[in-house]
Amino acid sequence: MVFGRSSRRETPVEPVTLKILVAGGFGVGKTTLVGAVSEIKPLRTEETLSEAGRPVDDLDGVESKSTTTVAMDFGRITLREDLVLYLFGTPGQDRFWFLWDELAQGALGAVVLADTRRLEDSFAAIDYFERRGIPFTVGVNCFEGADEFPAETVRAALDLDPEVPLMMCDARRRESVKSVLVAVVEHALVRSTREREPAAT
Amino acid sequence: MTDGRQQVRQAPRWYDDEAGPVVRPYAMTRGRTTSTTEHRLDLIALVVPEPAAHDPGRDQTLSPEHVEIVERCSTTPQSIAELAAGLDLPVGVIRVLVGDLVDDALVHVTRPVPPAELPDVSILREVINGLRAL
Repeated sequence: MVFGRSSRRETPVEPVTLKILVAGGFGVGKTTLVGAVSEIKPLRTEETLSEAGRPVDDLDGVESKSTTTVAMDFGRITLREDLVLYLFGTPGQDRFWFLWDELAQGALGAVVLADTRRLEDSFAAIDYFERRGIPFTVGVNCFEGADEFPAETVRAALDLDPEVPLMMCDARRRESVKSVLVAVVEHALVRSTREREPAAT
Repeated sequence: MTDGRQQVRQAPRWYDDEAGPVVRPYAMTRGRTTSTTEHRLDLIALVVPEPAAHDPGRDQTLSPEHVEIVERCSTTPQSIAELAAGLDLPVGVIRVLVGDLVDDALVHVTRPVPPAELPDVSILREVINGLRAL
């Protein structure tokens, strides 16, 4: 192959890319949250499953279906020309959790989106991030018509560590989602600072 | 639980009709499911064209998908995930195709922050400021 002379075009800048995961139960508003802040319409990508015969969901009527691809929704926020943040909505069903490991690699942090009507749907995600030491923030998506609970009640129901931020949010509102994302990164920053500077004894 | 697993294992076929064409996307990779590049390309790894990519005499054996990847990246570098969504191909196929382009020195790929290594504190601060300024 013949290599060309110098390019006519300027070399594009190479931004640093970071990712934040958005987890939570099915239908809790993950894609809505991504769409509220993303500069692009949330994109969908498919990962082909390499492993067949995983245990399937307990959903009635679909037990026999074993899907071969799984979709992930994601969005992009260009913070600066050289700094780009990607948001990845994690696959909602438990059986795709082996894909989370790849998504979680190198993730800055995570948002666990919770719905007070189905709080148990977020237990698994919280457990996942706790075990792997990934900084996360719980965003309680305030659905219209759902009973509102004080943050402390929700926190107790989720048995959260005191340092894990929990906030009420509206996944449709850009400002609300921005605050949740800031909380995630601030939490990651606190933890990162603490790990770098061992506490004086 | 155990019974359920066994049922799945004994299923005569591991895909069903609704899964769509299982094999076809990998025809574009000539059947390869992994790339020869040493690292698995992260979803947020950016594909950046090399100067050689703009040479008209570049590798003539490139497939239309290879060419489209190069073209999509030439204005703004694109991540593996964006390319997969843009070309409507599975991530695995994009990884193989980008691997080919890396081998041909037509593009290079940025390495995101390595796992197990937290991003720099100053980067985290910049992210916070950037988010607030949105």
